[in-house]
Amino acid sequence: MATVLRDVPTPSARADEAREQLDAYLALNQRKSLLRFLTCGSVDDGKSTLIGRLLYDSKMLFEDQLAALEAESKKIGTTGGGLDFALLVDGLGAEREQGITIDVAYRFFATDKRKFIVADTPGHEQYTRNMVTGASTADLAVILIDATKGVITQTRRHSFLVNLLGIPRVVLAVNKMDLVDFSRERFEQVEADYRKFATELGMGQVTAIPLSALEGDNVTSRSNAMSWYDGPSLLDELETVPTREQSAQRSFALPVQWVNRPNRDFRGYAGTIAAGRIAAGDPVVILPSGRRTEVQRIVTFDGYQTEAGRGQSITLTLADEVDCSRGNIIASPDAAPQIGNRLSATLVWMSDEPLADHRSYWLKLATQTGSATVSRIDAVIDVNTLAEDEGSRLELNGIGRCVLDVDRDLVGTPYAENPTLGGFILIDKVSNATVAAGLIGEIHRSDPQDASDPAQHIAWIRGPAAAAGAEALRQRLGALGRPVFVLSEDILDQGLTSDLADDPEHAAERVRRAREAALLLARAGVEVLVTVQASAEEAVPGRLIDATELIQESDGEWMI
Amino acid sequence: MNAPATLPTLTHLDQLEAESIRIMREVVAETEKPVMLYSIGKDSAVMLHLARKAFYPAPPPFPLLHVDTTWKFKAMYELRDKVARDSGMELIVYRNPEAMERGINPFDHGSLHTDLWKTEGLKQALEKYRFDAAFGGARRDEEKSRAKERIFSFRSASHRWDPKNQRPELWSLYNARKAPGESIRVFPLSNWTELDIWQYIYAEDIPIVPLYLAAPRPTVERNGMLLMVDDERFPLLPGETPVQRSIRFRTLGCYPLTGAVESEAATLPEVIQEMLVATTSERQGRAIDHDGSGSMERKKQEGYF
Ligand SMILES: Nc1nc2c(ncn2[C@@H]2O[C@H](COP(=O)(O)OP(=O)(O)O)[C@@H](O)[C@H]2O)c(=O)[nH]1
Repeated sequence: MATVLRDVPTPSARADEAREQLDAYLALNQRKSLLRFLTCGSVDDGKSTLIGRLLYDSKMLFEDQLAALEAESKKIGTTGGGLDFALLVDGLGAEREQGITIDVAYRFFATDKRKFIVADTPGHEQYTRNMVTGASTADLAVILIDATKGVITQTRRHSFLVNLLGIPRVVLAVNKMDLVDFSRERFEQVEADYRKFATELGMGQVTAIPLSALEGDNVTSRSNAMSWYDGPSLLDELETVPTREQSAQRSFALPVQWVNRPNRDFRGYAGTIAAGRIAAGDPVVILPSGRRTEVQRIVTFDGYQTEAGRGQSITLTLADEVDCSRGNIIASPDAAPQIGNRLSATLVWMSDEPLADHRSYWLKLATQTGSATVSRIDAVIDVNTLAEDEGSRLELNGIGRCVLDVDRDLVGTPYAENPTLGGFILIDKVSNATVAAGLIGEIHRSDPQDASDPAQHIAWIRGPAAAAGAEALRQRLGALGRPVFVLSEDILDQGLTSDLADDPEHAAERVRRAREAALLLARAGVEVLVTVQASAEEAVPGRLIDATELIQESDGEWMI
Repeated sequence: MNAPATLPTLTHLDQLEAESIRIMREVVAETEKPVMLYSIGKDSAVMLHLARKAFYPAPPPFPLLHVDTTWKFKAMYELRDKVARDSGMELIVYRNPEAMERGINPFDHGSLHTDLWKTEGLKQALEKYRFDAAFGGARRDEEKSRAKERIFSFRSASHRWDPKNQRPELWSLYNARKAPGESIRVFPLSNWTELDIWQYIYAEDIPIVPLYLAAPRPTVERNGMLLMVDDERFPLLPGETPVQRSIRFRTLGCYPLTGAVESEAATLPEVIQEMLVATTSERQGRAIDHDGSGSMERKKQEGYF
């Protein structure tokens, strides 16, 4: 059974003895580990009750809070006047009135062994966005199932997201066992259903626990009502699952966050180690430049450190004076992350405004920021059926497999290898809102000569102001150092279409020749802006842009 | 290199420290003119200590801002000045001139005291110096409505907090972009609990105001709170005489608004011990939180934090 904080020596114990005990206790407490976990379930599965119960049973509540809880339970509780633990974890006023929570909330409790940070995400329509946010920092997920309902659509959705975010461990909490007479058969049936589905998804380790959040069975201690169950209580499991171990490998990576230059004699590179470990004297490479050097010192406020590992915020000095600034990554030369300006990634859309396919967004990956456009949506995933379909739109809570092009080289890894180097956000350049979470699948370098997808380099500019629009875009692309060509009717008429009369009968042929010319130019690595007027069906391949958008929004950065 | 096969696993305090340091560095890298709100309490003490670690060997590259009310405990002003000297940081003390002129005080003016000195004072100071990011020592475990507060919390140009319009925070990626005039409050201690704070102060030997440790002090009991008579400005009601009691404080603010607890815990380990068996939450000592559940949230929307 778990020991919780109440088992500390009391102040009444004899002074010396108490001090000794206390010192030992504090020393032990200082060595606690930290586990971040996420709870997910749909509305009324008992999530709030479960978290409230964990806080209550681990004595994280004080008398005044308990008195408030008792009063509120009587007033607005759903447990007929008994303590309604759910009220402990309901936060904002507006939400409380609606009786639902609508955001991610973080709760804290601790036992003698561990400190816990719980990301509590509610189960309604904003779910995907909130859950992905909560899941991004979790080491473990508790997936709640109502025993009377069994595995439902939402359970699949939650599990899919947990799996997508790469949470290594899952506890399947089969709640409300009191409502099914603590039936072993019912529990085993729910567990079997779930395991079948989890295997299909390819999920990691799953521990199933039957419990009653309301009555406390198998929450912090083993339940007498379910003597047939011989697994751990929920708290036992949370206290004992391994947290991420320090890596024994040297595959080190430090995203440089800030360069520390207090005076001419000191130049330190500050950041939090994203992978592996490092020691003074180790060889390193600066990315993306590829310059090699070695680590001179690991500097901290508490003195030089001989070694440091993942998760530590440190400052490095290097043996040579090399070019290295915020956004660069210092890595071990043998297992360095990849470099590229094209990402295949899964995007989770988090904004009310849908993804605009020709708009550029800020992309933030570790400490790097670039300007990115989504150049392709390969598939859109339905989180309820888990089916992947073709689609061209990504809206709030939508998930898509996409290709993004970035205006510079980024250093990263596939998300599955390292979330810190493979997870990114997209930021709207006008509203500054965080509009999407991205998980890198692969990193490539887009080859301008890449013949496989010339469509990437062709834009059809529409409308009476096509010439002006094309000029605006030409200047912007030119500023980025890209070769650009405006393919206008005038230029075509100088030869390629000089045999065609200027009448509607020949318009289609004119467009066909424009297309072929554009393809040839695009294959040669040139960005082609076609101002020959074509219908939406004709304007392929490539992207169709309304000229007025280009002129009006000349502040924004439009890119192919 | 004969390094051990694995490095020791980071403890919870190691991880909290590393996270707070990362947050502070990110703000310095991504904003133009950050400032650290320094309220002299234990959370501020920890926050300042972490800032010194984050930028070592440089001093933290931002000033400390104390939004003063003139009603803090004497011992707080003493520690404030000493700490600023030791850290090598600039200390800005701001007092709202209007509150000064009108003689606003907690005895005669009730909630106007907090509003004018603290809420308005903070807004004025941020505007006067054009700070675009302010570190605050608030923690999510302090109050229910704070559990959903972001680490980077956005304020409109009029310093309003809109609970509906906060950005999702994924992984350890913080989006610090904002329009001119907008500002960010950053809470590097978001994931710390009161116990973590005390353990860290103990482990790192961080200087704190002596009022956190029990000693005999002159007190009066009023509205169920034990108040300390810290200077001659304290108006005694008819029949009130200050009584010496062994007391300490769990939070420190304006002395007429901060309730003490009776305690014999004169050392840090004893304070931690008492805290582990304590039965009341730290916020109970703050008069400001007592006007009903949900009031904290309203104050936050108005710009107080
Ligand atoms: N019988 C029973 N009811 C429960 C249990 N857990 C939660 N409930 C009730 O289910 C309802 C919804 O619980 P709540 O915690 O608010 O669910 P949430 O929407 O997932 O946070 C409340 O009326 C709870 O009292 C349980 O284990 N057994």
